[in-house]
Amino acid sequence: MARSINTRRKLINTGFAWAVGLLIFFPILWTILTSFKTEAIAIAAPPVFLNFDWTLENYQVVMERSNYSRFLWNSIIIAGGSTILGLIIAVPAAWSMAFVPSRRTKDILLWMLSTKMLPAVGVLYPIYLMFIKMGLLDSRAGLVVVMMLINLPIIVWMLYTYFREIPVEILEAARMDGATLKDEVLYVLTPMAIPGIASTMLLNFILAWNEAFWTLNLTAVNAAPLTAFIASYSSPEGLFFAKLSAASTMAIAPILILGWFSQKQLVRGLTFGAVK
Amino acid sequence: MATKASRSAARLMMAPAVVLLLGWMLVPLIMTLWFSFRTYLPLRGGDQGWTGFDNYVRFVTSSSFWPAVQTTLFLVLSVLIITVVLGILLAILLDQPMWGQGVVRILVIAPFFVMPTVSALVWKNMFMDPVNGLFSHLWRFFGAEPVSWLSDAAMPSVIMIVSWQWLPFATLILLTAIQSLDSEQLEAAEMDGAPKLKQFWFIILPHLGRAITIVILIQTIFLLAVFAEIFVTTGGAFGTRTLSYLIFQRVLESQNIGLGSAGGVYAIILANIVAIFLMRIVGKNLDN
Repeated sequence: MARSINTRRKLINTGFAWAVGLLIFFPILWTILTSFKTEAIAIAAPPVFLNFDWTLENYQVVMERSNYSRFLWNSIIIAGGSTILGLIIAVPAAWSMAFVPSRRTKDILLWMLSTKMLPAVGVLYPIYLMFIKMGLLDSRAGLVVVMMLINLPIIVWMLYTYFREIPVEILEAARMDGATLKDEVLYVLTPMAIPGIASTMLLNFILAWNEAFWTLNLTAVNAAPLTAFIASYSSPEGLFFAKLSAASTMAIAPILILGWFSQKQLVRGLTFGAVK
Repeated sequence: MATKASRSAARLMMAPAVVLLLGWMLVPLIMTLWFSFRTYLPLRGGDQGWTGFDNYVRFVTSSSFWPAVQTTLFLVLSVLIITVVLGILLAILLDQPMWGQGVVRILVIAPFFVMPTVSALVWKNMFMDPVNGLFSHLWRFFGAEPVSWLSDAAMPSVIMIVSWQWLPFATLILLTAIQSLDSEQLEAAEMDGAPKLKQFWFIILPHLGRAITIVILIQTIFLLAVFAEIFVTTGGAFGTRTLSYLIFQRVLESQNIGLGSAGGVYAIILANIVAIFLMRIVGKNLDN
């Protein structure tokens, strides 16, 4: 008796949750479907869902017309470069804060977090001016640095919360067994830290990929990543829903896939360890 | 345990991160402060010297200031209410036993990974377009006149787009918090015959308190800076000009750096007020 009630409840939950889930996901699904339609079918009334002739034409058109690969490459370089650069700077910092904490460690961590709160628009012109003066405007190098700096607090924080979970006793045990500092770092700490470092990389890659204030304001042609590529579709030109969908799908597909792997890290990273 | 040598090594390891962030914070901040006290029009005569607090006064007394403040508050509050309320409901729903929980979770979280320019454009064209958008098809189907969403109901439309982007974030964090709830407590309440609503009100909601606070604070910081969603949909027209968009227009579109910088200083102060609360919570969490 009790079991059948439970099964029924589970069935209702399942149905309801799937309906809500699909509703929330629908805009993405619709975009992906539309990207395979012809322009005429994309605006057909009533709308067509699955029973149309699937075509890859839009992808071809978008690739030819706007040099998609260059934007993609810029996105990869900016997101990847800033993540790697950020890690090189953040790993030692987080490491020392987690294993050799001093009285000021907490203050430094909180101060780092506070730099993240600085509204970008408040410092837009100074950065813009410095970029012009240093010839960095519309350059990948400039954006890599800016993207690294805005994400550095999150990288340090995430790494710090991961490193702090490594028990110090293990280090002491290794030392007792005569491990040198080099052995300690290379053979004891690094293997334990790799999962944390990997999740940090993943989340920061996603954040940098989707960043749409600095990438729109500091690039024009050469260094423009996918965020700018999509923004160029904001002025409509005849029938363009299917092409817009194809372009959008190409811009979000890589990150949707990465994002699915990073759900758990997302919580920790974006709440600065306050929710785990 | 830490020796003197390891302490100075630790300082050295921290130095690059600290120095870089210090520079990233101070240099632009000082420049913004400097410009905010000057008449600076790069396209019309350049830097024309000190002007005292004129820019600050002009920014606040301009006719677009109060509407922008109202728009900002309206946007932030609406999105917060929508995402937190729906987020709690969704988190509770996703916490129930069901088939395919993992897949549903992925479906719900997906919008967070869509870049802001894409979600704004997809909503603007494929859903809100008054002629070919899905909403217009739906409206016509029910015999109603299609609505020009982004001009006639611009603010609700932008709120809807931004809420769609941030609902996954709220849901995910609240779900994580719910899952850490001690199930024995709920079972005990169940045994005592407490109705579901009471269980929610007296056990689940208090448990979620801290997570809700964090969601509100973090989202506020990001929502105050919403940019791309307005940039590609309305361009600040039809009453969607927020404070940060107004500053952006002053700086880059009308090239009035002094005025824009004064606005920037206001925005920085505003963001810092929110930040102080967030830091307190996070700081407390560091202690234990």
